Amino acid sequence: MGRGGASQSRTRLRDRYNSWLRHHRLSAADSLHRVLEHPWSSMLTWMVIGIALALPVGLNVALDNAQTISTSWDSPAQISVFLEADVTSLTARKLTLELATRDDIAKTVFHSREDALAEFSTLTGFSDVLASLDQNPLPHLIIVSPHADGAQNTAALLQEELQARPEVAQAVLDMEWLARLNSLMELSRRIILAVGGLLVMGVVLILGNTIRLAIENRRDEIVIVKLIGGSDAFVRRPFLYTGLWFGVGGGGISAFLVGLSLWFLERPVNNLALLYQSDFTIHGLGIMGGLNLIVLGGLLGLSGAALAVSRHLSSIQPR
Amino acid sequence: MISFERISKRYGEGHDALREVSFKIEKDELVFLTGHSGAGKSTILRLIMLMERPTRGEVVVNGRPLRKIGPRAIPHYRRDIGVVFQNHQLLFDRTVFDNVALPLIICGYDHREVGRRVRAALDKVGLLSRERAMPIALSGGQQQRVGIARAIVAKPTILLADEPTGNLDPALSAEIMHLFEAFNQVGVTVLIASHDLALISRLHHRIITLKQGKLIAGGAH
Ligand SMILES: Nc1ncnc2c1ncn2[C@@H]1O[C@H](COP(=O)(O)OP(=O)(O)O)[C@@H](O)[C@H]1O
Ligand SMILES: [Mg+2]
Repeated sequence: MGRGGASQSRTRLRDRYNSWLRHHRLSAADSLHRVLEHPWSSMLTWMVIGIALALPVGLNVALDNAQTISTSWDSPAQISVFLEADVTSLTARKLTLELATRDDIAKTVFHSREDALAEFSTLTGFSDVLASLDQNPLPHLIIVSPHADGAQNTAALLQEELQARPEVAQAVLDMEWLARLNSLMELSRRIILAVGGLLVMGVVLILGNTIRLAIENRRDEIVIVKLIGGSDAFVRRPFLYTGLWFGVGGGGISAFLVGLSLWFLERPVNNLALLYQSDFTIHGLGIMGGLNLIVLGGLLGLSGAALAVSRHLSSIQPR
Repeated sequence: MISFERISKRYGEGHDALREVSFKIEKDELVFLTGHSGAGKSTILRLIMLMERPTRGEVVVNGRPLRKIGPRAIPHYRRDIGVVFQNHQLLFDRTVFDNVALPLIICGYDHREVGRRVRAALDKVGLLSRERAMPIALSGGQQQRVGIARAIVAKPTILLADEPTGNLDPALSAEIMHLFEAFNQVGVTVLIASHDLALISRLHHRIITLKQGKLIAGGAH
């Protein structure tokens, strides 16, 4: 009896699992069929979702590319090292060579005070005034370029270190433009995040509304199904699948749109890179990025549908 | 099988649709429920379906007090009852076959079993040849028979019908009633609400009569 009971309940469990699976398959197929039955209105929904997702994703990809460009630029910052007045030309040259051997420094260029004075006088035309000076007032100058892959603060550290040396009168880090660029990028990233958040919310609401209309259209059917014993999960299932299909389609469209715009930009960007003798190439979403977008769309579709279903299904009861 | 024990039902703050109604229907019985419009016939069927809860009293179906069946248990409870309700008719965007198959899909039968049972049910109501038709292509009497096939396809122990002959001519109405008698013969408890006294008094079954929410005849047998 015990054995028989156990195996019987196991087959009943298997039966229930099978019928559950069967209804999932049925709902998925039926919902897909309904979505494809009205290709134009479904396409419209897909496009709306696709565009709403493509905007932030596309901007983010563009920003990623911009960031690769800005970090791949040579010498993001330069340090002008002015030496003390009593440092001789020989010491200065030695120092220039010594600094050039450091790992964190890419390049050093020495400008002697004599060169500087000559340049100054030809540029300003004050040669007579300068000739009358009995002493050259200009210091020796070494232009130091930190390594490109070094972050902003390694350049700053280097500047401090150079400043601390006895031969150095002043080391000036010229990197304001870089800081500005970086904070601009950070700002753009946040704006994209905020806009993206809003658009994602919009997508959920659009899908929720689409599903609400679908529920409204099938009101009679829901009432009948509930009357003849359909559970809440049973009634809910096809609508969740409808949301899923709309979301997945929208995600697919957005991946396509992002891909399309990158393809559109590729030629001019490559030409530009060629002009600047950079080996920069534009980076797209990749297969994984595209799949992620489709999954994201699907999740948003499910959430929108869950929202609509939880708000509207329980109020529909047989009377 | 079905027992009403001093049932009262008040809708909102309005008047009483049922007042202290008591009756018992045994398994194997076919019972008619009659009375003028507004007498409370539909309310009795809605109480059995748990579409409404009584204000006072206790309904017991198949030995279960309905008071003890919570909202989550309602779907499962309803699967054991077949209904033919006027205002819950067929789905007009699917075939006759798909309409009749719905209760079986809900119960989770595999498609071979669904096909077998749907054809058996359609055969019983004489519409086997129309399984691929859309309901709109059928006559009123045929649509009603599809509704009955849907109500009995999952082999319920109880069959409820609310004015099943409402819009049909006398000949078709009699045909529909004979169909219900046939299901009753094979052991299904049948309860039919109908105000067509001329028709039902010819059929020699118990008749429960309601008047303004009160049971005035047929409560005991
Ligand atoms: N949902 C409802 N809200 C308020 N009153 C109702 C509702 N349903 C029915 N009634 C009232 O209850 C009484 C009985 O209705 P019903 O059971 O439908 O009668 P019958 O089916 O015999 O015509 C009627 O007076 C009707 O107006
Ligand atoms: Mg009625």
